[in-house]
Amino acid sequence: MIALSDCLLLGAVLFCISLAGIFINRKNIIILLMAIELMLLAVNINFVAFSHFNGDATGQLFVFFVLTVAAAEAAIGLAILILLFRNRHTINVAHLDTLKG
Amino acid sequence: MKGLYLMIPMAPLIGSIIAGLFGRKIGRTGAHTVTIAGVAVAFVLSLITFFKIAVFDGETFNGVVYTWMISDGISFDVGFLIDKLTALMMVVVTFVSLMVHIYTIGYMADDDGYQRFFSYIALFTFSMLMLVMANNFMQLFFGWEAVGLVSYLLIGFWFKKESAIYANMKAFIVNRVGDFGFLLGIAAVLMYFGSVDYADVFAAAPHMKDMTIQIWGDQQWSVMTVICILLFIGAMGKSAQAPLHVWLPDSMEGPTPISALIHAATMVTAGIFMVARMSPLYELSETALSFVLVIGAITAFSMGLLGVFVRSEERRVGKERRSRWGPIHYTMGASAYAAGIFHLMTHAFFKALLFLGAGSVIIAMHHDQDIRNMGGLKKYMPITYWTSLIGSLALIGFPGTAGFFSKDAIIEAVWESHLAGSTFAWICVLLGVFVTALYSFRMFFLVFHGEERMDEHTKHHLKESPKVVTIPLICLAIPSLVAGMIGVGPLLFGGFFEGAIHVDEAHNVLEHMGEEYTGVFGFLIHGTLGLPFLLAMAGIYTAWHVYMKRPDLADQIKARFRGFYDLLVRKYGFDEFNDRFFAGGSRQLAKVLFEKGDATMIDGIMVNGTAKSVGWIAGKVRNIQTGMLYHYAFAMIVGMLLLVTLFVLMG
Amino acid sequence: MESVLFYLFSAVLVGSAVAVVTVRNPVFAVLFLVLAFFTTAAIWLLLEAEFLALVLILVYVGAVMVLFLFVVMMLDINLVPLREGFIRFLPVAILVAIVAFAEIAVVLGPQHFGLEQIPSPVAHAADYSNTKELGRILYTSYAYPFEIAALILLVAIIAAISLTLRRRPDTKYQNPAVQVEVKRNDRVRMVKMAAEKKVSHREGASS
Repeated sequence: MIALSDCLLLGAVLFCISLAGIFINRKNIIILLMAIELMLLAVNINFVAFSHFNGDATGQLFVFFVLTVAAAEAAIGLAILILLFRNRHTINVAHLDTLKG
Repeated sequence: MKGLYLMIPMAPLIGSIIAGLFGRKIGRTGAHTVTIAGVAVAFVLSLITFFKIAVFDGETFNGVVYTWMISDGISFDVGFLIDKLTALMMVVVTFVSLMVHIYTIGYMADDDGYQRFFSYIALFTFSMLMLVMANNFMQLFFGWEAVGLVSYLLIGFWFKKESAIYANMKAFIVNRVGDFGFLLGIAAVLMYFGSVDYADVFAAAPHMKDMTIQIWGDQQWSVMTVICILLFIGAMGKSAQAPLHVWLPDSMEGPTPISALIHAATMVTAGIFMVARMSPLYELSETALSFVLVIGAITAFSMGLLGVFVRSEERRVGKERRSRWGPIHYTMGASAYAAGIFHLMTHAFFKALLFLGAGSVIIAMHHDQDIRNMGGLKKYMPITYWTSLIGSLALIGFPGTAGFFSKDAIIEAVWESHLAGSTFAWICVLLGVFVTALYSFRMFFLVFHGEERMDEHTKHHLKESPKVVTIPLICLAIPSLVAGMIGVGPLLFGGFFEGAIHVDEAHNVLEHMGEEYTGVFGFLIHGTLGLPFLLAMAGIYTAWHVYMKRPDLADQIKARFRGFYDLLVRKYGFDEFNDRFFAGGSRQLAKVLFEKGDATMIDGIMVNGTAKSVGWIAGKVRNIQTGMLYHYAFAMIVGMLLLVTLFVLMG
Repeated sequence: MESVLFYLFSAVLVGSAVAVVTVRNPVFAVLFLVLAFFTTAAIWLLLEAEFLALVLILVYVGAVMVLFLFVVMMLDINLVPLREGFIRFLPVAILVAIVAFAEIAVVLGPQHFGLEQIPSPVAHAADYSNTKELGRILYTSYAYPFEIAALILLVAIIAAISLTLRRRPDTKYQNPAVQVEVKRNDRVRMVKMAAEKKVSHREGASS
């Protein structure tokens, strides 16, 4: 039998992997975006697990919305990425320091 | 009933709003029609109210129309208290105001600000009605301030004139001084009574009589005295009592007779009315009553004297009229509230009459206000002449006129009073009678009699003023003649104000006088034989002798009493004193504050210092801000980790 | 059986997730991410979230991941500088990951959410429809959030298009509206001129 804690820990592992991924792939914006997708996936696993064990479909509904927002985010993120590449010919985050005050 | 009362102040307000905001659309005719209609409605309704309450002995109305807010159990309402006092005031205010409105059509006919002016005076009527009809201190204060505001607007009506701007600033600031006292008084009432409603406060007042307050040091002050004097300081500002009278002469900078009328015949009554309304409080403090008495007496006498001499310098018709409100105030002090209100009423009529008469002359003279250019106008403007004569006679208290009854009642009341300072007040008032007669007839003679000093062109056009001007004059002349005879019995001795005005048994001078009162004619005869009448006659004679028969005498007197005269010309030095001491002092203080406080402290340390330190810190912090997104991401992750750790460890 | 499947899929999921963040080529990273989504969908099926599992595959793998793939392949990326610091930050990353996992595990571990505390729910009857149930909630209680989600997607569409839209002045295209609107005056110009004189042959010859 699957325990709730198993699912939660799976989510935690995924989350931590993507966290580490953000650290080690700090220059590559595509991998960063994918790491964020992974994080959202981890959260979704938690939602689904809780929904299953509590017998309440609302949790799944939240996944629904998270997926929506994640898709939107991915679309806009990639659009920005393309724009960035078109203007600067690089996606190296280290070169993106226009925010520096 | 409530709706009716609500209509009374609202009608002029609506008129004012329409004339003020849509003045250009509705044009001149529209503006005066709508405001006059508003005020006329208010007048008719006031009259109905007056008859209902005063004549048919209707019930006093005390009700709340709208609750503005309730804070900490204290309710701030818009409410009306309509009793006999209020009803009388309403009639007087709306009547005089209506006359002014009609008159303005003629007087302001050539002015660009025609609609604006109508809007102002209608707004003034509204404010005054709100003040008079209030049933609580907050609304009283509202009306009080609104009246002050309109007076500011009216004095500065010709806002392109330098002196008008100076005058309206002065009036506003001087009134602020009074209002500050007034506001403190209201605050004290609120603090000690926990309510701003008249009924609550008056009901609780007798229990507060022996309460004391410690303001500074160990000195114990009676609460009632403090409250009353503070409130009276407000009245001093509004009613132009010494030493806060300085704004009134300058108030003539507006369209002369009208704004002067608004101030001298209507707005100034606010102070008197307030004291009468607060009679249950004032009766509890003899100190406050004496204070009122003395201030009133000083004002009456000094201002009258000033009238004679300073006028000969300024030589402007309409500027003649000085604060004559001292007399009323000291009757208040003498607890003869009814006499005070009575005089207020008659005074409003004949003072208005005099102002409008002066205005009529000014119209005829094509807005030349110099009395040196007038004289002998009697035959050109008979209606103005006769109505002015009536007004002047009433002013000096000639037997039979309205002023006679009220003024005589006042003098008697002061004589009967046993409060501290009442003898001084009595002497002042008698001298005041002489002086009043002197200055008012001096002007009267100079304008209407003697040789014609105007140039040929003006003389050619000289004619009686149009009907819109003369009809108000006639309308006002009638009550100036008969209001006294009708009113003296019921108002003074008939217990008319019972329930509205509270008088303590110990100083009820009117009742004392009432015992000797035998009817109108008895009063007439008694007054004619009295000292005041003789003094008034002497005043007229002196005026005639000095200014008509031997004009050179005036200069001789001037030369003889050089020093005294100078003092008077400088208005007792009040203006200089204020300028040098208050204005100069505050300028000095402001300079010190500016240099030390503003330049060094605020600009130097706080403003620039803050900016500098912000710059310095920002310079350091700037290094942290690399602009690299992943640095921010790391910071977020590390921070999140720390927070999670904290939560895990805590529980 | 369920547990075995769960652990199997979990292992694949974790492995592919690690691959996503560590592989050198972004194209492979995307493909590993696709694998991760597939296994996640399988786990969700185990948890009786059938509708979401299918949505995940259809929407995510079918649309979003393909989008990623497009972008990755479209951009000509020099991968070498993007990898720098990889080894240097690896220990830090592992440390952060382990600390974070430990903390989450303390809170969400079996001692709080084990089978003893929260027993496995009874399986639904055969005629139970997860899709129907979700639909029921979504269109009743969550109708407004649903519409807001729709709006978010709309905004995303507009944003993505407007961000990447590029006008190419050199491309040739027709504007039918302009073509239809054209007036005669735009195209034909009437010119007045004096009539040509016939030049006499003889004159020409004589001169």
